[in-house]
Amino acid sequence: MIARIYTNLKRDVSDPQGLAVKNALETLSFKGINKVHVGKYFVIELDSMKKSEAEKLMKAICEKLLSNPVIEDYTFTIENGNVSKKK
Amino acid sequence: MKFGVVIFPGSNCDMDCVHVLRNVLGQKVHELWHKERDLKGCECIVLPGGFSYGDYLRTGAIARFSPIMDSVSNHVRKGKLVIGICNGFQILCEAGLLPGALIRNRSLRFICKPVYLKLENNSTPFTRISRKVLKIPIAHGEGNYYIHEDGMKRLKDNDQIVFRYCGEKGDISPEFNPNGALENIAGVINKKKNVLGMMPHPERCSEEILGSSDGRLIFESIIN
Repeated sequence: MIARIYTNLKRDVSDPQGLAVKNALETLSFKGINKVHVGKYFVIELDSMKKSEAEKLMKAICEKLLSNPVIEDYTFTIENGNVSKKK
Repeated sequence: MKFGVVIFPGSNCDMDCVHVLRNVLGQKVHELWHKERDLKGCECIVLPGGFSYGDYLRTGAIARFSPIMDSVSNHVRKGKLVIGICNGFQILCEAGLLPGALIRNRSLRFICKPVYLKLENNSTPFTRISRKVLKIPIAHGEGNYYIHEDGMKRLKDNDQIVFRYCGEKGDISPEFNPNGALENIAGVINKKKNVLGMMPHPERCSEEILGSSDGRLIFESIIN
């Protein structure tokens, strides 16, 4: 079982990294870029469990450690399977 | 006064704090490893600067769960003093002992230079100082203070903004804001006024030979 978690700065928090990336894209002449948000992406391999349990666990993990609720929002997805097969 | 300087893996200003308190100001100092839980009767706890846990995840995010932080929280609940400098400030925010958060500098650069600070509240245990402007160095990549609107209102209502970045004469304007911090905020205190967090490093300017001894005024305020 795999959880994929994304954390991002809240919309009203300034995102200097996102701005720098946007400026770089404009410098490279890419058109149509309105805003860039730079966040973090975590992949967590889980023991097998019910999907509802996994969701509860991910919510707890996100709120306790992976995101700072003062500045960040989080989302996650949970899927069956492995990231890489053991040799 | 008995001080405890907490050492996290990755702290790098711990010995500067120990030196100033012990050798310059003649205080008793315990060096407290982050895995300890005993604060050894220290009256004031210092969370020093550095890069605890390599700044992994977010600055201060992992250090806040070090075993010693439970004891630091208890110490705070009893109304005793804690000062967090730079990474120490970041840790206090992550731990919820101070409001707000410190995000990446607006310029994305690590900034290391002396700055002027306007003392906005001189009635805290840390800032019984008659001067209005202090010159103290900063050295950080993530010192851009953020707090949501309601939080900012509470900070102002309760007189919790302690230092703002300013010019030599104390004038506060965007040109003197090194990192993009909201309203030039460089340091805040909790509502009970026993926990101070500040991005500038007073321990780096507590002896004349280092170019300024303004930092000493903060430590002397705590001691007296």
